[in-house]
Amino acid sequence: MKNKIDNLNATSLTSSHPVECEAPNDQVATEGLIASNLKYMVLGILFGIVFVKAEIISWYRIQEMFRLHSIFMYGVIGIAVVVGMISVWMIKRFQIKTLQKEKVIFHDKKFHWGNVIGASIFGLGWALTGACPGPLFAQIGSGFLVVSVTLVSAIAGTWVYGLVRNRLPH
Amino acid sequence: MLEIIRQPWPWYVAGTLIGLTVPALLLIGNKHFGVSSSLRHICAACIPGNISFFKYDWKKEAWNLFFVAGILVGGIVATQFLSNPDPIVVAAETTKDLQALNIDVDHELMPASIFSVENLFTLKGLIFFVIGGFLVGFGTRYAGGCTSGHAIMGLSTLQWPSLVATCWFMVGGFAMVHVVFPWIMSLVG
Repeated sequence: MKNKIDNLNATSLTSSHPVECEAPNDQVATEGLIASNLKYMVLGILFGIVFVKAEIISWYRIQEMFRLHSIFMYGVIGIAVVVGMISVWMIKRFQIKTLQKEKVIFHDKKFHWGNVIGASIFGLGWALTGACPGPLFAQIGSGFLVVSVTLVSAIAGTWVYGLVRNRLPH
Repeated sequence: MLEIIRQPWPWYVAGTLIGLTVPALLLIGNKHFGVSSSLRHICAACIPGNISFFKYDWKKEAWNLFFVAGILVGGIVATQFLSNPDPIVVAAETTKDLQALNIDVDHELMPASIFSVENLFTLKGLIFFVIGGFLVGFGTRYAGGCTSGHAIMGLSTLQWPSLVATCWFMVGGFAMVHVVFPWIMSLVG
């Protein structure tokens, strides 16, 4: 166990990415901080509109899902996974390059016990707040300003994880 | 056209668009879909402390912060300009279950009996906002991702640890709604 944690730490020091960054930037070409990042903001705006318009950010939708009273969220996630899988398959099969003509990079995830323990903890919070991290931002945008407190608390939760990380089973 | 957009969008439209976010991010700039990482970048940018987990070049990952800022703006746009004039439709059985727990199903996306500013400094607020948010932030990072990073991006790239995580997300959710939640509501209801 200790070796495993040392390995994790070693990666964090040597890699240009934060260790196990699950949403890494794999682009080789460097980007300006503001101008080239604005396109991700546009994508985020579209994404946020979908969240609100399909009522995915609704606390009730999450309740329906976990009470098995509606297939709505299962349908959303199911279709998203299928579309994502086909897209990834096509990118690999036809070796589609990024806009900067770079090869698309994929990472294999390694199992660790956080996939069980951390995932259950998140599940509890998801059902309670009615939001995963994405919808938190969209809920605030929709005028539920009190959710800012939830967001700050989620940031605090992430920070505490960073603090106690080496003492948790992985 | 605007009439159609104003109606709640069906699950297959939403699911397809969310799924397309995966190739969109990959092809625009080799970026991997995952929202909870933004919380970590905020820590790294604002309060890294002396914690190695937050010592990295967050500016390289700043695209993620722009993405979540966009989600917030998208929430404003959709609510201000494209909102559905009709009350939200909630499954009859869920409505009944919630009423039994003293939660009124009202017209908005979120029940006002929980998500209102008046509850901020009450036990209800502490549980739903502070503890709930903490569980989300701590849990996602410990799990190594959330619904986007594991359930959508991870499953799209056939990562079995993501399948494990997704299953345990659901276990946690079911446990909250069916076991912990009734107890919480008896405490604060």
